[in-house]
Amino acid sequence: MRVTFTVNGRTRQADDVWEGESLLYVLRERLGLPGSKNACEQGECGSCTVRLDGVPVCACLVAAGQAEGREVLTVEGQAAHAARRSRDRDQDPRQHEDTPNAALSPVQQAFVDAGAVQCGFCTPGLIVAAGHLLEHNPDPSDEDIREALSGNLCRCTGYGTIMDAVRLAAARKSEEVRA
Amino acid sequence: MDFLRPAGWEEALAAKAEHPGAVPIAGGTDVMVDLNFGRRRPAHLLDLTRIRDLFEWEAGEESVRLGACVPYTTILERLRTELPGLALASHTVASPQIRNRGSIGGNLGTASPAGDAHPALLAAGAEVEAESVRGVRRIPVDAFYTGVKRNALAPDELIRAVHVQKADGPQQYAKAGPRNAMVIAVCALGLALHPATRTVRTGIGSAAPTPVRAAAAEEFLNAALDEGGYWDSGAALDASVAGHFAELCAAACAPIDDVRGTARYRRHAVGVLARRTLIWAWESYRGTGRTTEGAS
Repeated sequence: MRVTFTVNGRTRQADDVWEGESLLYVLRERLGLPGSKNACEQGECGSCTVRLDGVPVCACLVAAGQAEGREVLTVEGQAAHAARRSRDRDQDPRQHEDTPNAALSPVQQAFVDAGAVQCGFCTPGLIVAAGHLLEHNPDPSDEDIREALSGNLCRCTGYGTIMDAVRLAAARKSEEVRA
Repeated sequence: MDFLRPAGWEEALAAKAEHPGAVPIAGGTDVMVDLNFGRRRPAHLLDLTRIRDLFEWEAGEESVRLGACVPYTTILERLRTELPGLALASHTVASPQIRNRGSIGGNLGTASPAGDAHPALLAAGAEVEAESVRGVRRIPVDAFYTGVKRNALAPDELIRAVHVQKADGPQQYAKAGPRNAMVIAVCALGLALHPATRTVRTGIGSAAPTPVRAAAAEEFLNAALDEGGYWDSGAALDASVAGHFAELCAAACAPIDDVRGTARYRRHAVGVLARRTLIWAWESYRGTGRTTEGAS
């Protein structure tokens, strides 16, 4: 079957999709977007986390046909998504922020700066989940961060540096707002 | 394999009548796992996510009508007051990603003894609204679970909604597992005080072939609360009452040994959870001037 949906702001089409196929397979194998990782295929690890109509989901548990007509945001679209949001905020005269077309989203930059990446396999899912958290809760407590990331497994870092990265991204955001 | 995508409920019922073997899929948190691992290859998948009213809920006088696809996230964020036990249970489901997709309709359709919603539904009191082209019927949740991953639905029926009684007293839910997130229950227990009828109801998960109520424990506790004048006095529960209630809850289990735990551990843990949730709920009944607010 054919599936048409929006990925990172662009309309994309995949043909010859098997009816039992997952959104994750379509993204990786048919649309050339390997950022979302394929590991457990049962929703346990969160490494395939994407946003479907704005909401974080495991792409391995979404049937390809269910994505028809929907909007998907993957890790590949995070920087552009963040830049778009920040441009929209700039309409507000109280804010002075200039990060258009950034190569990395603020969350991605914070992961780099905090050393929250080791093997990197879980990173895309964590970036998507953390990005969603900070959009809805700009000043999260440690409990909020743990809860928001509880569906993403990392076997390298022990999570300490990941917590640091999310705290750093949140702190930078609040500095920008105060500036 | 065919991917059926009905745009409305009538169309979905017609499709299920024509293809009784069609597997309904909503959040996909059970069905997609089976597909990904090649455990199931149904001739038809019946996607319910285009049917808007399945995602809606409505609070009535006595009960809340939850559309079959309402995700756990909505329940735990929006229905804490009306359905405190189910909201607590929803919060223990897997992870945010799964709670954003999974639903009570799916939990009931799969009917796993470990489904997180079942003990809360049994304790609160609920009815499953099942429908086919032949008509609609309401199945009391107590009669819904018929075996391990088996339920009372006919092959041409779909779950449209679940009617859950609104809380008239404190409700509690507890689950045993290795950590807070991504846990399939080793065992779970839901408990609801119903001051309006002066009864207590329970639900036990993952400790028998189906989710079950602890009937003898409820009977004992109802009599003990009544005879002791507890509902009126709001006195602290006698330790022997809570203790015997816990023993009877453990005795209501028919658990197995499996990778998540032994039968012996499950029986023990159900007793612990029963005593704990009873005391939490009773303290909340005493402490809050007996309001309907559930503890969280």
